[in-house]
Amino acid sequence: MSDIIFIEGDISATDLDALHRLLTDPLLQTATWEVPTGPGVEVTFLPGVTDTAAGSVVHGAGQLGIIVTGAATGRRVEFGPDVDPSLAETIVRRVVANPVIERWAIGTVDPVLHPDSSRTGKAEIVPLQGRTLDELVAIGVERKLALDPEELLAVQAHFAAAGREPTDVELETLAQTWSEHCAHKTFRAHITTDDGVERSSLIGMLRACTEAIAAPFVRSAFVGNAGIVGFRDDADGRAITLALKAETHNHPSAVEPFGGANTGVGGVIRDVLGIAHRPIAVTDILCFGPPDTPLADVPDGALHPLRIREGVIDGVADYGNKIGLPTVAGAILYDPAYTTNPLVFAGCVGEANGWEQHAGPFPGDRVVVLGGRTGRDGIRGATFSSLTMDATTGEVAGASVQIGDPVVEKLLIDVLVGAEHLFTAITDCGAGGLSSAVGEMAEGVGADVELDRVPLKYAGLEPWEIWLSEAQERMVIAVAPERLAELSARCAAHGVELADLGHFTGDGRLIVRSGGEPVLELDTSFLHDGRPQRRMTAVMPQPRRGEAAATGRTVADPAAALLALLSHRNIASKASTIHRYDHEILGATLIRPLVGRERDAPADGVVLAAPGDAEGIAIGIGVNPWYGLHDPEAMAHAAVDEAMRNVVAVGADPDRVALLDNFSWGDPRRPTTLGELVAAVDGCVAAALAYRAPFVSGKDSLNNEYTGADGQRHAVPPTLVITAVGHVPDADRCVRPVLTSPGNLLVLLGQTAPEFAGSHLDMVLGAPDEPGVVPAPDPGAPERYRRLHRAILEGLVRACHDVSEGGLAVALAELCIAGRLGAEITELPHPDLATALFSESVGRLVVEVTPGDLGRFRDVMHDDVHVLGTVQAAPWLLVTGMMPVEVPDLVAAFQGEQTESAS
Amino acid sequence: MSRVPAIVVAGPGTNRDRDLALALTMAGADPVIVLARDLVARPEMLHDARLVAIAGGFSYGDALGAGNMLALDLRVGLGDALEEFVATGRPLIGICNGFQVLTRTHLLPGALGHNDHGRFDCRWVTLEPQPSVCVWTRGIDDPIDCPIAHGEGRYVHPDPAGLAASGQVVLRYAGANPNGSVDAIAGVCNPAGNVLGLMPHPENHVLARQHPNAGLDTELDPERHLGLRIFRNGVAAAAEM
Repeated sequence: MSDIIFIEGDISATDLDALHRLLTDPLLQTATWEVPTGPGVEVTFLPGVTDTAAGSVVHGAGQLGIIVTGAATGRRVEFGPDVDPSLAETIVRRVVANPVIERWAIGTVDPVLHPDSSRTGKAEIVPLQGRTLDELVAIGVERKLALDPEELLAVQAHFAAAGREPTDVELETLAQTWSEHCAHKTFRAHITTDDGVERSSLIGMLRACTEAIAAPFVRSAFVGNAGIVGFRDDADGRAITLALKAETHNHPSAVEPFGGANTGVGGVIRDVLGIAHRPIAVTDILCFGPPDTPLADVPDGALHPLRIREGVIDGVADYGNKIGLPTVAGAILYDPAYTTNPLVFAGCVGEANGWEQHAGPFPGDRVVVLGGRTGRDGIRGATFSSLTMDATTGEVAGASVQIGDPVVEKLLIDVLVGAEHLFTAITDCGAGGLSSAVGEMAEGVGADVELDRVPLKYAGLEPWEIWLSEAQERMVIAVAPERLAELSARCAAHGVELADLGHFTGDGRLIVRSGGEPVLELDTSFLHDGRPQRRMTAVMPQPRRGEAAATGRTVADPAAALLALLSHRNIASKASTIHRYDHEILGATLIRPLVGRERDAPADGVVLAAPGDAEGIAIGIGVNPWYGLHDPEAMAHAAVDEAMRNVVAVGADPDRVALLDNFSWGDPRRPTTLGELVAAVDGCVAAALAYRAPFVSGKDSLNNEYTGADGQRHAVPPTLVITAVGHVPDADRCVRPVLTSPGNLLVLLGQTAPEFAGSHLDMVLGAPDEPGVVPAPDPGAPERYRRLHRAILEGLVRACHDVSEGGLAVALAELCIAGRLGAEITELPHPDLATALFSESVGRLVVEVTPGDLGRFRDVMHDDVHVLGTVQAAPWLLVTGMMPVEVPDLVAAFQGEQTESAS
Repeated sequence: MSRVPAIVVAGPGTNRDRDLALALTMAGADPVIVLARDLVARPEMLHDARLVAIAGGFSYGDALGAGNMLALDLRVGLGDALEEFVATGRPLIGICNGFQVLTRTHLLPGALGHNDHGRFDCRWVTLEPQPSVCVWTRGIDDPIDCPIAHGEGRYVHPDPAGLAASGQVVLRYAGANPNGSVDAIAGVCNPAGNVLGLMPHPENHVLARQHPNAGLDTELDPERHLGLRIFRNGVAAAAEM
């Protein structure tokens, strides 16, 4: 495999030599300008896909005084003489290239250095009047508008009243703004449940819950790009605020894993930047199909899970590493249901001192776009992600895929952080592109913008393409005219492009022009409020609950079950992935995703505290879709509990924790799927109230579906990711899940009951016909966590680990692995061995305390403690009723996953 | 003692400039972060600086070879000014991407290729200081613990034994070689010893609490293995000039 660089220009032989020296290092590479004649396959980008390396070729040549008029890059793959050309082509198509962004040719490929630049520059009129509903629906399908029939009728009626037909720009803008992705129609819908109860909207429930908690640290919740909390003040008495946001980027990652995940990270970082906070950390939670899925089981048009996993992880790593943010908390989950519909959750935390919500835009302010240029990339992304996927998704997605350029976004951060006084409003250009960003900012104010002023990557874009493009790394800001010169100078100093598109008007109308002629004229009130509220019906799940429904398990060989659990890919080490992320940059990471003497054991939460800061933050994740298959409400409660426990376990104050919700669900128009969503929101609200931990931001990604072996469409398992961000009052007292000293006591906090439905024990041993119940909420947990926090602050806790997937046995094993020490457990917390070792009852933690501190610890915990046994120097995990297991065997089982992915 | 004026050079995509500036500040310098384009516009800034540091990151997104484009900017834009700075004996350090820039500008020998396992890798490593002519590690005998975070850190040199013989091999990885570097070389210097390039990030171990084993090895003297010691040496050398 070789890299190819295509250049165009009047270039002399001397210049070619100079470029040769620039592009290659003789100690590392060989290179030639000769066009190869041997057999091979060459791959290059499709026209319109961002080729950042080509830009560097032009820049580098320019530095050497060589004029290059066009450049492109590609790859050449050569096979041995025994490989048949058609087989070579198949290998390139299935393994090397991605037809969504690349094209290839046997022999040599001709790059498109100058894409077609012809354009009309005009909007097309789309006649709607007099059309029947069926005809409107047909127009919607043809244009991939993803609008409901009622919405199409509302659009038709609006233009009938206006006495004219819409332009394509108007229709596409309405489709983007009203998409599930942008408008969250389901979360704002009017829902009736099958028992006849009229519900308030889901978003309304979450908002009301946050208002009821009335936490003093919440500065802004469910408004704008991210939630804002303030846990402390700086030395000058200004509030230090945190911006919290987590996003999904599922559909783009399914068709182009690298680009989809890459721009998912880029997008959520821009969300934080779009609320004037400096990004400080990135999180990622990934759900894939099993990597050993037989190729025959992967439907046509879908990528194999291994390829999706490699691409997604590379994409997350590439963006975070290059932009210079630590990628810290995360999780990787595997289930066959994620095979064709992988899930990618990306989060970002930002920080600001003395933040105030920008009050603009004001009439007269300029509409300014900053950052990357606009191309044909990512068009219709918002509506694409609001459609369910099928075999042709990869083909129709085409232009929905974006390729990120983290260096450009890094420059945007450099320009915007510290320049908050230069603008009156800011938002990021995400789904829907300028149509969404300018459209949202103009709400109630109005704006008049000229598309000819938008800097383009190449000519030839029609007005609707410029207006809707989701080209990455762009921000829109409102700038008072007298501030524009200072902002321009700042942008020039950092090498960031700025364009002044027009102004905010004050009349509440959005006018978009091409060549001076209006191509869109809409009242922003219709754009944002003209959508009829969705009315939906939910069939609520009927979960098994209570002691009577609980079932136990029989485990013949607990030691073998423990080893099987440790090597289960959901539990096993994720080290091979974690090491691909830079978690050290900024020097603030105190508890890392990997902990322990050999730095190979899993952390609960991570802790960040900037050098010099006595206080810090903890980030924890809670997710368990398998509970959701049995009881979505209990699942949501368990996810909140796990996220809370993860941050409390490392030293966060449970009374200063904020939560984020991310729902990835199936098609909510299926009443049972919607019922599961309603139940999960009920669980979120109940848990948040119980823990007094408010939700401050959330995001839903619906329509995540796959076709099962039965040929039917199925929703992905109800996947709710809860991110908890808590205040760590003393960064020098944070606690790790690592055994420290032989002779210390191991203590279990919390209650254990036979709760096995959706458990990992069932995944390794097979679930019985009567799966029983999922872990029920523990009403004692909130107070327990407050007491534990007090014990941590008193220095009584030497190590602490939450009990989650795989139960107590796995938690103990992970503590032993981390400390490379043994443990002897003589007092089990339940008379039934399987329940004691493998039940996943929530609200539990294992704590290491010194014998001398036990009395004080008991006092602080109000005797809610169960002494399990002791830490041992001998490297054995000894549990009454279980065959002894040597710690090196625990390590080997836990690292199974790593060996697999490294192969 | 007055603080040593220092420049931290950053290009588009450099991202450990603030970490490096903090380390230099803690070591007693007064660093300013300067964009390469501004340094090229005002090369006289080099006259006032007593110490220069080229920070890590992904300048130009690592397009066309890590550090290559930033090296080109400095080579074309500064001409001989950087060589003249080095010739005065004042200390210069390049970390990670900065090391890649220094090999591309030929201020340091060798080259840095893709890690032998083909992946970006972030983990803590232990560095063994070697007997060398380098001012940055003078008097440091204890191993230095700090993270690596790179995809192109495999050090390549046609004559590593000769390099060691001339006292230019400054640091080697202890234990497992994380990237396939020849003879486990993690850092090298120029023949005069005032220019150091290394792939690992000592600037991310300037506080004891940053160490992953903080709180575990209570008997360990946390100060002994700090990466900060390298910067203290560099600043001390600059102060002597």
